[in-house]
Amino acid sequence: MRLKKNIAISETGFIFNPSTGDSFTLNPIGIEILSFIENEKKYEEISDAILEKYDVDTITFEKNYYDFIQMLKNNHLLENE
Amino acid sequence: MEKLRYESPIINKVNAGMPDKFGMNVNTKPISYIDGVSVKDLLKDYGSPLFVLSEKTITETYNNSKRAFTSRYPKIQFAWSYKTNYLNAVCSLFHQLGSWAEVVSGFEYEKAIKNGIEGKHIIFNGPDKSKEDLIKASKNGSLIHIDHFDELYMLIEIADSIDETPKVAIRVNMDTGIFPQWDRFGFNYENGEAWNAINRIMISKKLNLVGLHCHIGTYMMSPSPYSVATKKLIDLALEIDHKYKHKIKYLDLGGGFASKNTLKGAYLPGTDTCPTFDDYADAITNVIINSQISPENLPTLILETGRALIDDAGYILGTVLANKRLASGRRATIIDIGVNMLFTSFWYEHEIFPAQQCSTQTEDTTIYGPLCMNIDVIRQAIQFPILQKGDNVVIKRIGAYNMTQWMQFITLRPKIILIDTESKAHIIRKNETNSVFENLEITPKYLKK
Amino acid sequence: MVKPKYTIAVTGLNNTDNPGPGVPVIRGLRESDTFDVRIIGLAYENLEPGIYMPNTADKIYQIPYPSAGGEAFIKKIEYIHSCEKLDCIIPNFDAELYTFMKNEKKLAQMGIKTFLPSIKQFEERHKANLPSFGKKYNINVPKSIAVTNISDLSNINDKFDFPVLVKGKFYDAYIVYNLEQLQYNFNKIASKWGVPVIIQEYIQGTEVNVVALGDGKGNTIGAVPMRKQYITDKGKAWGGITLDDEKMLEITRNLIKKTRWRGGMELEMIKTEDNKYFMIEINPRIPAWVYLANGAGQNLPEALVNLAMGINVEPYKTYKTGIMFIRYSYDLIGNISQFEKLNINGEL
Ligand SMILES: Cc1ncc(COP(=O)(O)O)c(C=O)c1O
Repeated sequence: MRLKKNIAISETGFIFNPSTGDSFTLNPIGIEILSFIENEKKYEEISDAILEKYDVDTITFEKNYYDFIQMLKNNHLLENE
Repeated sequence: MEKLRYESPIINKVNAGMPDKFGMNVNTKPISYIDGVSVKDLLKDYGSPLFVLSEKTITETYNNSKRAFTSRYPKIQFAWSYKTNYLNAVCSLFHQLGSWAEVVSGFEYEKAIKNGIEGKHIIFNGPDKSKEDLIKASKNGSLIHIDHFDELYMLIEIADSIDETPKVAIRVNMDTGIFPQWDRFGFNYENGEAWNAINRIMISKKLNLVGLHCHIGTYMMSPSPYSVATKKLIDLALEIDHKYKHKIKYLDLGGGFASKNTLKGAYLPGTDTCPTFDDYADAITNVIINSQISPENLPTLILETGRALIDDAGYILGTVLANKRLASGRRATIIDIGVNMLFTSFWYEHEIFPAQQCSTQTEDTTIYGPLCMNIDVIRQAIQFPILQKGDNVVIKRIGAYNMTQWMQFITLRPKIILIDTESKAHIIRKNETNSVFENLEITPKYLKK
Repeated sequence: MVKPKYTIAVTGLNNTDNPGPGVPVIRGLRESDTFDVRIIGLAYENLEPGIYMPNTADKIYQIPYPSAGGEAFIKKIEYIHSCEKLDCIIPNFDAELYTFMKNEKKLAQMGIKTFLPSIKQFEERHKANLPSFGKKYNINVPKSIAVTNISDLSNINDKFDFPVLVKGKFYDAYIVYNLEQLQYNFNKIASKWGVPVIIQEYIQGTEVNVVALGDGKGNTIGAVPMRKQYITDKGKAWGGITLDDEKMLEITRNLIKKTRWRGGMELEMIKTEDNKYFMIEINPRIPAWVYLANGAGQNLPEALVNLAMGINVEPYKTYKTGIMFIRYSYDLIGNISQFEKLNINGEL
């Protein structure tokens, strides 16, 4: 799973997709996860890092994570694989 | 190292647009306590969903409305509109506070008597009063508000046969400048029907015309129609005095004051736009005081306020069952509160709050109830923080009509709790069980296995 | 004499084909002879052109919609006030006026001046209340009713002949020729602006308008009549010309005198073939074409601020007739970074 190449993410959590002209905002944890994805981390690595840092259980995070990924797909921010 | 508070990751599309109705995050503060009692504890102890009523809020609201009227007019009497919420605990509380009872059926009439209210303090409204109801009410000296000519003639007959003089008023409907006009109840003012009914009553000599009644509508967003209504009732009272030298003892202006809920389709929230009790009181009492009625004959002003006295005191607590994405990618949250118990969600945009700390970020969400029906929508579109399965929610201002108009559909109705002024919780209605319904049903033998 | 410098917040920066009055108000304020200004633009949406226009606002803040409630609104204003020390706010949307009027005292306590009509003045001139308003002040108005429920439209034939106008509580108006069109537009308006929706008799004639300013004591501080020369499909003026019409001024002065109107207003009238004037709408704020009044010699935004600041303002006695305005559209060049800043921080 990869983020589309030309997508610009600013540290404020603002995303601009120049190929569609859409822009988005992220919450802080969304920024964190997106930067993991940008660095091509696998789900297991991301999950470990988040569970280590935040007060959350595996199942809740897994559900939220895949929901988030679905939203990235819906918004055409991921490369089709 | 202590872990950081988690919130789920959110991505929101920025909609470029022009000023319009929706948008802009509203920071939803959680409601974790009701009158000092923890929402989580209530749900743990009594199950989810759960209706909660606040005695403190009921008392404060009642006192506030009473103050608004008594500070402007010497003779005020509230009559609790049973249909709004006829739980015995609630009615008893209103009676303790000084309210009479306003009922619209034999069922409600019985309830009022059981709640210990004297017959002469029961106002009997509505188009459906049986002969038995009318006989009982006449003998008890209740105030019978006549709705149509068929009832008027029946009552004259009854009066004759039981040798009583029932105390009556007529319900009057009228043009108060609001649209649509509620003209299906009572006798019309403008076309002379009301005056006609009055003449029948006065000439029959069988009934004692003690009052005049109207109920011009519900959730009245402006106080001025009440001024018009008061004026028209007074005109009738003056004409009666003029023609029959008979003084009307009370004017009953009905209910209809708006609660602070927001109507569907309203642009501004109800908390900003709804008139206060003072506004309504001003509109009504000024007209009476400035009328031709002499000070020693001022009629008692009766108010059958329902919604505005109880809505704020009611809460329904519930639990998130699931989150899902609709085909469009839109977020949907399913809770265990459905339209079967929150009837008012058909016309209100109910305010809904998380019961625990949650993310400050919100997402445009649809909130569904648990029923397998497409109409089971609690909020079509609300900027809502992301809750997880098992998280709790609180819906505010639901005290009016829900606990009477609810439906037993698919599932059983939950408990109702009253929190007293010392923050103690009392069950005032038990949850239904399967046996409650099984007891009512009879399966013919040949269908039994 | 040194001119004072005021910090003035202005809303309605949506200078689109359905424009808000914010930008023309700001132009008036910037041309004031009596004071200098720092302009704080208050925006609801992120693409209101006034946000990005040069020489318009010195600073932009996003504010919550009126539909979010008075509390959220006051909180945001408090925050902006703590950064900017506002002297005065000029709200320019009908839909937000109620919230401003309700909070007038709170704003005053914070030291922010406004110059608004009272809630009573605001309410009684509402489209839905126009018939009783006309009766009370002895003004010709078209027949109209306020409808809250679509099912109440079915017997509309008893009350009106088609065509009729369907109007939103705050904005939008359509002329319809049959029941189907009426129901369709009812829904369209109700879903956007809520109920009631107003059904109004259609009166044939020329649409003429007045922009005016009342001092709250019954005096007319300024008034300029105009005829729309070109009307867009949204019913907005795309060009207009000032008129020499004493009758319109008389109606205006009379109305302001009787209502003791406080603040800016726009009167929309229909002048019929036989020279009768029917009031069709009274907008409780400065209209988007107010800059035409500037052009004709009356700087009404300036006068409004001076009134708000408690300064005695001499009424304007004259204006030039035959002055025209022609709206035009113009493409500004912006950058996504401005857009980002506004969306992330809520200010620019
Ligand atoms: C006769 C009568 N009185 C009082 C009420 C209570 O009205 P509200 O809850 O609007 O105050 C109703 C409600 O329908 C009513 O029909």
